[in-house]
Amino acid sequence: MYVYDQYDQKIIDERVAQYRDQTDRFLAGKITEEEFRPLRLQNGLYVQRLAPMLRIAVPYGLMNSKQLRKLAEISRTYDKGYAHISTRQNVQLNWPRLADVPDILAELATVQMHAIQTSGNCIRNTTTDQFAGVACDELEDPRPYCEIIRQWSTLHPEFAFLPRKFKIAVCGSTQDRAAIHHHDIGIELLANNRGEIGLKILVGGGLGRTPAIGSVVCEWLDKKHLLTYLEAILRVYNKHGRRDNKYKARIKILVKAMGVDAFRDAVEHEWRALRDGPSTLTDEELMRARAFFDGPDYQELDGIVASAELDAQCTRDPIFGNWVKRNTQVHRVPGYRIVTISLKATGFAPGDVTAEQLELLAELSDAYAFGEARSTHQQNMVLGDVQIARLYALWQQLQAARLATPNIGYLTDIICCPGGDYCSLANAKSLPVAEAIQMRFDDLDYVYDLGPIELNISGCMNACGHHHIGHIGILGVDKKGQEYYQVCLGGSQSKDASIGNILGPSFKQEDMPDVIDNILTTYVTLREEEESFLETYRRVGIDPFKERVYVQAD
Amino acid sequence: MSRLIKQGLVTDDTWLPLNPDIAIPAPRQICNLEQWLQIADKNGSAVQLESGQEPAPLFDFLEQIQLVVIHFPVFTDGRGFSYARDLREHGYCGELRAGGHFIRDQLTYLRRCGFDAFQLADESGLEDALASLGDFSEHYQAAIDQPLPLFRRRTRTTR
Repeated sequence: MYVYDQYDQKIIDERVAQYRDQTDRFLAGKITEEEFRPLRLQNGLYVQRLAPMLRIAVPYGLMNSKQLRKLAEISRTYDKGYAHISTRQNVQLNWPRLADVPDILAELATVQMHAIQTSGNCIRNTTTDQFAGVACDELEDPRPYCEIIRQWSTLHPEFAFLPRKFKIAVCGSTQDRAAIHHHDIGIELLANNRGEIGLKILVGGGLGRTPAIGSVVCEWLDKKHLLTYLEAILRVYNKHGRRDNKYKARIKILVKAMGVDAFRDAVEHEWRALRDGPSTLTDEELMRARAFFDGPDYQELDGIVASAELDAQCTRDPIFGNWVKRNTQVHRVPGYRIVTISLKATGFAPGDVTAEQLELLAELSDAYAFGEARSTHQQNMVLGDVQIARLYALWQQLQAARLATPNIGYLTDIICCPGGDYCSLANAKSLPVAEAIQMRFDDLDYVYDLGPIELNISGCMNACGHHHIGHIGILGVDKKGQEYYQVCLGGSQSKDASIGNILGPSFKQEDMPDVIDNILTTYVTLREEEESFLETYRRVGIDPFKERVYVQAD
Repeated sequence: MSRLIKQGLVTDDTWLPLNPDIAIPAPRQICNLEQWLQIADKNGSAVQLESGQEPAPLFDFLEQIQLVVIHFPVFTDGRGFSYARDLREHGYCGELRAGGHFIRDQLTYLRRCGFDAFQLADESGLEDALASLGDFSEHYQAAIDQPLPLFRRRTRTTR
């Protein structure tokens, strides 16, 4: 992974000192509430319903064991002994004290971490595929480009006061696991007809109040132009994005209003002045960035022998076998597998992880995965490089710590925002809905029979739970002071990106497990052969679901 | 006479403030864009841009203009940062002043984008604000104050 040198460290340290001074001045009454707001937000600090919330940046979801231990320590010292993995691969603390935040940031800086631009109207943490570098379907590792973007966007002087927040995701594989169609900018590593890998640039995707799928602004861009091209896009947005209405301020609205062709022309116009300038990436810089992600020192293993032994183990211990089937994936290197650690055990808030679990993950990553772990936007954790021969030992330790729930990609692997229990923006609670659904569908055989289903829950229109792009999406709404839940069906975050359609009038919280049951029963009744939920939905449309759910409700 | 930060020091403003109600501004008086477009001789002129007024109309006169003020209606309106870079990238060398409602915590970013004068709404904070110009000694990106991005300047000594 990327390792800071003296320059990176200096920038992060100076940022801590700057924020410490700002906090001191705020506490001394020398900065108004209004002026302090963007300053604290751009250092990750929200003021929430019950306490402040600190969002710590995890660049493209990659952490080492030292950082995991530090997070555990911080969550114990400054918080209540647990943390939360967000839907943008970051780590959130729910109960820090505002006055302690400079100290927390100083602690983070000792392990090359920070909370810069995890909130506010600026360029946020760049996200990517949680299987980057280890996936079999990867054309090229996206993380060097994420790191280059991280450095460029960190404390960018021109783009710290944008009309609205700005999110970039990069994907380098056949399957899109980074939801690039739903970001302000989505970047796909792609070969042109000469076989050279370059960048396809999408602009104007997003969720929130007005969900949109990104438009192609550039079909293929030479990698060396990455930063100048991004700068041109951001400059068009900074100058022309709407500032009169925060609900119409995202770049998706600008792209729609201008039309993608006019938007592209404006970008090209800005780009003419920047193109081939000093921010053009050099071969040396591209090589430097790549070198950090070369991959660990893999052993040369016989993949066929390892798989055969694994099969035998799985047969001997079917519970282990089931976990292998559900929570591990094929690795590009023979003899290794990718392990996803579910943070979706029933009875625990999706994405929550205790200090003890963080320390265990640190220990396990040291013992089994070259000291690295990843956070996912589905709010789970990943050990990227585990020897197949050592999976059984790893699984036993995970099981003892309640981290072996075999549900990755299934109904109960719910993406869920913190909702009305924590968040001051939320219209409704989301965690109790997730838990009620997990409890209702506790029969794993039924859950597996349903096949892969993405169920996403957001407590409000801001859509942190990505409800629009869940196969089944649930949105908390406020109806005359009462919490209700709207359901949408047919969203997808993959390359076949789509935005879910609203099923109809919203439901009460206590009815939600029944509603989901009716939707699933409809699917099971109508599916043909091996059809997935999404495939059936796309074939039959929303009406059969509507009929069953609302007839039953009457 | 009002005061401002210029070239890193607190100093007096030698320009007459903008008066939108007069047709022809006095010599050494700051014009709004409308007034400035009217004046025949742009040599030694000073013009203030509001958010929403891009600097393109100025581009043909950059050698003649002595002062451009970019006015921030609220500190969270960041258009002025792009306007400033635009002006500098088109070769403007005169005084580039931030005016209106920005805050001292933006000084580093403003300077990086090409501003060299800062007229804070609250003059009493000018001396204290100087400290914020020194918040950072290193930067990742290219900007006006440092046209080379860090990746073209890194010396590898620690790895």
